[in-house]
Amino acid sequence: MSEGGVKKFMFVNRKAPYGTIYALESLEVVLITAAFDQDVSLVFMDDGVYQLKKGQQTKGIETKNFSPTYRALEGYDIEKLYVEKESLEARGLTEADLLVDVTVLGRAEMGALMNEQDVVLSF
Amino acid sequence: MLHIINKSPLSNSSLESCLRVAVPGDILLTEDAVYAATSGNAFEGKLREAMGRFKVYVLQPDLDARGLGDRLIEGVTSVDHGGFVDLTISNNSCQSWL
Repeated sequence: MSEGGVKKFMFVNRKAPYGTIYALESLEVVLITAAFDQDVSLVFMDDGVYQLKKGQQTKGIETKNFSPTYRALEGYDIEKLYVEKESLEARGLTEADLLVDVTVLGRAEMGALMNEQDVVLSF
Repeated sequence: MLHIINKSPLSNSSLESCLRVAVPGDILLTEDAVYAATSGNAFEGKLREAMGRFKVYVLQPDLDARGLGDRLIEGVTSVDHGGFVDLTISNNSCQSWL
């Protein structure tokens, strides 16, 4: 475990936004965790990579567009955002399609990163 | 018959099951199913193959919400909510796959 009561928290996001509530709920919990000065990492893989797609326009479905919140995470000292390379590729997306700066990791690197966490929460 | 799919083809098998068993007709992709109709996604080949047998529609507001309004596969027809209603009227029956 890390020192000083700070734990390494990882949030694994695997769901697309809007179709289910998971993406939004994850974001809420991430912000709460940040308030406790923990070491927070966010992972986006599988359909979760769609959460970070640029250009979301939700007026037509009368739902709040929460994607700008990902850009605000930096202000809460949440700067570790990881995206799985294989998940992006399977969806025809590249890093340039994403609305925040991320670190793109291959599946092996992603697995290793997960393995070093104290707490992993799945959404 | 109108088949309505609302789940992503990359995390749920409903679209694949529909394409496997359904008699040729209309398919409407809504909510997370719209990802199936975006260029470069891993299900694109299967959808294109199905387009020889089915007329495929996508609900444009759901595509726009997901930031993919400019990635629609050629040959898929975009409809708004009014067009959704029209499809339910022009077909004798509809099935919402869950």
